[in-house]
Amino acid sequence: MTTSPFDSALERREASLLGMWAFLATELMFFGPLFFGYVHARIAQGDAFVAGSHHMHIVLGTLNTAILMTSSLTMALAVRAARDTRPVRTWLALTALLGLVFLGIKASEWLMELGEAANASGGEARFYFLYYAMTGLHAVHLTIGLGVLAWLWVHARRFSAAYHMPVEVTGLYWHFVDIVWVFLYPMFYLLERYR
Amino acid sequence: MKFLFLPAASDIAQRVDLLFYTLVALTGMVAIAIITLMIVFCVRYRAGAQVDRRNPPVGLRWLEYGWTFTPLVIFLAIFCWAAVVYAHFYAPAPGAMTVFVVGKQWMWKAEHANGRREIDELHLPLGQPVRLVLSTEDVIHSFYVPAFRIKQDAVPGRYTTISFTPTREGEYWLHCAEYCGTDHARMGGRVVVMAPAAFATWLERGNSNASLAALGFELFRRKGCSGCHAAGSTVHAPDLAGVYGRVVHLQDGRTLVADEGYLRDSILLPKKDVVAGYAPIMPSFQGQLDEGELAALITYLKENRGPEK
Amino acid sequence: MDQKNRDSPYLPNYLTEGFTLRSWLTTNDHKRIAILYMVAITAFFFLGGAAATLMRLELATPAGDVVSAETYNKLFTIHGVVMVWFFLIPSIPAVLGNFLVPLMIGARDMAFPRLNLTSWYIYVLGGIFTVAALIAGGVDTGWTFYTPYSTTFSNSNVILVIVGVFITGFSSILTGLNIIVTVHKLRAPGLTWFRLPLFIWANYATSLILLLATPVLAMTLTLVALERLLHIGIFDPALGGDPLLFQHLFWFYSHPAVYIMVLPAMGVASEIIPCFARRPVFGYRFMAYAILGIASIGFLVWGHHMFVSGQSMYAGMVFSMLSFMVAIPSAIKVFNWTATLYKGSITFSAPMLYALGFVGLFLIGGLTGLFLASLALDVHLTDTYFVIAHFHYIMVGGSVMAYLGAIHFWWPKISGRMYPEIMGRIAALTIFFGFNLTFFPQYLLGWLGMPRRYHEYPPEFTLLNLFSSAGAAVLAVGYLLPLCYLSWSLFFGRRAGANPWGATGLEWQTSSPPPPHNFEHEPHVTRMPYDYQPVR
Repeated sequence: MTTSPFDSALERREASLLGMWAFLATELMFFGPLFFGYVHARIAQGDAFVAGSHHMHIVLGTLNTAILMTSSLTMALAVRAARDTRPVRTWLALTALLGLVFLGIKASEWLMELGEAANASGGEARFYFLYYAMTGLHAVHLTIGLGVLAWLWVHARRFSAAYHMPVEVTGLYWHFVDIVWVFLYPMFYLLERYR
Repeated sequence: MKFLFLPAASDIAQRVDLLFYTLVALTGMVAIAIITLMIVFCVRYRAGAQVDRRNPPVGLRWLEYGWTFTPLVIFLAIFCWAAVVYAHFYAPAPGAMTVFVVGKQWMWKAEHANGRREIDELHLPLGQPVRLVLSTEDVIHSFYVPAFRIKQDAVPGRYTTISFTPTREGEYWLHCAEYCGTDHARMGGRVVVMAPAAFATWLERGNSNASLAALGFELFRRKGCSGCHAAGSTVHAPDLAGVYGRVVHLQDGRTLVADEGYLRDSILLPKKDVVAGYAPIMPSFQGQLDEGELAALITYLKENRGPEK
Repeated sequence: MDQKNRDSPYLPNYLTEGFTLRSWLTTNDHKRIAILYMVAITAFFFLGGAAATLMRLELATPAGDVVSAETYNKLFTIHGVVMVWFFLIPSIPAVLGNFLVPLMIGARDMAFPRLNLTSWYIYVLGGIFTVAALIAGGVDTGWTFYTPYSTTFSNSNVILVIVGVFITGFSSILTGLNIIVTVHKLRAPGLTWFRLPLFIWANYATSLILLLATPVLAMTLTLVALERLLHIGIFDPALGGDPLLFQHLFWFYSHPAVYIMVLPAMGVASEIIPCFARRPVFGYRFMAYAILGIASIGFLVWGHHMFVSGQSMYAGMVFSMLSFMVAIPSAIKVFNWTATLYKGSITFSAPMLYALGFVGLFLIGGLTGLFLASLALDVHLTDTYFVIAHFHYIMVGGSVMAYLGAIHFWWPKISGRMYPEIMGRIAALTIFFGFNLTFFPQYLLGWLGMPRRYHEYPPEFTLLNLFSSAGAAVLAVGYLLPLCYLSWSLFFGRRAGANPWGATGLEWQTSSPPPPHNFEHEPHVTRMPYDYQPVR
C-alpha cells in the first residue's frame, strides 16, 4: 500500500518538476568530466582536434542538429497539447520519429568514421575517443528518451489539463538532451571551419 | 624515547619542524581549552546541580562573529607561513647538485652526474644543495625521506623535482610513499649523508661508468641527434648549445624556459611544444631510450654551453 | 495477529503492517526502507571491519607474516571501498534520513516512495557486484584507484568493483534527489526553513553534494574501466593519457564525499545535544549557514590531496588557502555545540555520550586537518599514518559515533522499545576508549614517517603499532555490544512511549513506532525548533 505523500495534484506536479530539474543537474555533472576532458585535451593538442573536426561529416551533423531542434519543438507542442486536453499522440510520435532519424544518421556517421578512428594516434585518437564517448553517451540518453516517449504514447489517454505532469517532465528531459547536442555539435563539427 | 624521535637532517626539516611544533602547541591549546570547557559545563550544569540556569543565551552576535574571524586570521597566517616554506622545496639553490632518481616496481635507482649509480640507496654530501629529478618507469611512486621532511611523487610521463640541503651526517630511511603494487612496502632503502671529502671519495670509487654527460654526448651521436642538430646539418633544426635555461618561443605563441621537463618532452613528444619557425618534423624517441639514457642526454644538453666565445 | 500484539495497547504501526518478507521487499514506506538499509549497511560494516581486523592483526608486528603482501593490499582496498561507499555514505542519510525526514517535517512519506525502494535495490545490486569481486579474488588498487596502476598494471578484479561502486552511486544520487524534493515540497504548514531541525538542514546539504558530486565519480570510474578494457589513452601516459587528470576527477568527487559522510553526523549532534542539555542549540542560524558553507566550500578544495602529486605549486597554494577556509564553518559548529552546554541541565544518556564523544573527536580530527592543509607540513605528512589518523578521527570518531548515537536516540521511535541504558553507556565508553587507543598512536606514527598501505614496517614503529592493534581489539568488542543488546531489545526491551526523551521535533509527536502514514492529523508548526523549557 502506498500512501500518497502529496496533499494535492498541484503539490505532486511541482514536486515532480523539481525532481526532474534535480535529476538534470546530476546529468550535467555526469557529462561534466567528459566536457572537462575535452577542454583539457583540446588545450594540449589543439591542432590534432582541428584535424579531427575536419574529418567530420558536417552536412550530416548540421542536418542532425536541425532534426533534433525540431524534435524539441514537437515535444514542446506535445506538452502544450496535453495541457489543453488535446490529443498528444501525433506530437509524441513525431518527436520520437525525429529522434529515431537522428539516431540513424548518427549511427551511419559512426560507421563511416570507424576506419579513421581506428588508425588515429596521439591527439587525433583522443579527439575520436571523446567524439564517440560523448555522442555515444548522448545517444544512450536519447534512446532512453525514446523509450519514455513510447510509454507516454501508450498512456496518452490519461493526459488532460488536470493531469499532464509526465509529459512536462519528459519535455524537460528531452530539451536537456537537445541542449547537450547543441554543445556537442560545434565542439566536434565546427572547429576552425573557416580555414 | 628513541622510538618517538625523528632527526631533522635537512635545512628545510628544521623549518618544517618549527611550523609543526607551533601548530601542535596552537591546536593543542585549542583542543585542551574546548574539551576542558565542555567538561566544566558538563559538571557544573549536570542535571540536579543547584546552579543558575536562567536565560540561557541562544545567540550572541559579537561572540559568533568573533570566533569566526579570529580563526580566519590565524588560519591565513598559518597558510602563508606554510606556503613560503613549501616554495623552498621547489626553488633549488644556485649550484645545486642534480641527481636523477628513477622509481620502478619495486626499487629506486639513482644516478649521479659522474655516472655513479645506486640502487635503493642515495649517498649525498653534507651541506651541498641537492636537486632530485624524479621519474618512473611504470606507475606513480613517491620518494619519501622522513628525516629530510621531503616527499615527491614520481609520475610517469614527466619529470618532477624537489630541492633541499642535507645538514646532518647519518643514515636515514627512504620509503616509497605512493601505493604502487604488491611490494610497495618493500620499496625503500636508505639515504646516506657523508662529509664532503668522504663523499667525493665514495663517488669516484666503484664507478666504472662514464659521466652522465659523456654518456649523453655518445648517445647524442649514436642515436642520430647530431644528424639534425649539429652545426653543419642541412636539416633546419634548433641549435641546442646552451639550450638549458634559455627562454624558448613556441609556435603557438607561448614562451617557456627550457628545463629538464621541456627537454624530455622534446625528445619523447616532439610535436607537443614546437619551437617557432621550425617545422614539426622531429621523430619521437618514445620507447627507444630508457630513463637512464634520457637522464644522460639531458645532462649532456645541460652542460653543453657551446663553444667558448 | 500474535498474542503480544493483541494485548498491546498500541496502535497498529508500520512494523505490524505486514509480517511477510514480501511485504518488506515490496514496501514503499520510507520507514521500512530505512530498516532495509540499516540491515544492509550493518552487514557491510562488519565486512569492512573484518578486513580492518586482519589488517591490524598483521600490523601488530613489523614483519609481514600474517598475510601475504598481495592479500594485505586487497584487504585495505576492500576495507576502504566497503566502508566509504557501502557503509558511511548511506549510513545516516539512507537509514536515519529516510526514516526521519518525512517525520520531522510532518509529511506522510518521501516525495517519491517507489523511487526510494528502487534506490535500495540499486544499492544491493552494487553490493552484490562488489562482493562478487571479493569472492573472485579481490582488488588491490586501494579505494582510490590511482592510474596507471589501476588501468594498466593491476591484475585484480578492478572492473567488477568499479561496476559495483558505479551502480551504488545511483542509489546515492536518487536518495539525495528524494530528500531535496521532500524538504522543498512536503513541509507541514508553518514549517518555514528557519524552523527546520538542523538534522534536516544537514541532510539537505548532504543531498546537494550527493546529487552534484556522485555523477563525476560515476563518469571517472567509467573512464578507468574503458581505459582498462580498450587501452585508450586517458589516464595512462604510455598511451598518451595523464595520470593527474584522473586524480583531479577522482578527488573532485571524493573530497565532497567526506562532507557527505560528516554533515549528517553534525545534524545528529545538533538534535541530541539540545535534548540532553534541555536547552535550545546556541546560534541556530550560524549553524544552518555553516552547514551550507561546508557543503559549498567543500567543492573547492580537492587539490589538497595532490600537494606532492606534481601539480603546480601555485595550484597547491590556492587549494591550501581554500582548505583553511572550509575549516572555519566546522570550527563555528564545535564552538556552538560547546556553548549549547552552557546553562543547560545535562544528563549523560548513551546518545549524549556518543554526541559529546563526537564533538571531542571531531574537534581533534578537524584540528589535525589544519596540519594537512599547511603545504610545507603536508609534504612530510601526506601518504603517512598521520592522514589515516586524521580521517579516522573524523569518519569513525565522528561519523560512526554520531551514527550510533542516532541509532540509540531514535531507537524507541524506530522499534517501539528502549535499549538497556547501562549497556548503552558501557558500549559508548568502550568505543570511545578503544577508538582513541587505536588511532591516536597513528598520528605519532605518521609524524615519525610510517607510510600508509604498508603491511610491514621498520622495527622502531613496533610499540605504537602494538598499541593501535590493541585498541582495535577493544573497538571491535565495543561495536559488537550494540549489535547484541539492540537485537535483544527488539524482543525483550521495555516498550517505549511516544516521547521517552521529552524531545522537541515532530517525530516525537507521533507514537513509537509510528503508524504507516506517520501522523493521525497533519501537524501545524508554530514554534521554533529546540524550544526546550528552561529547568530551574
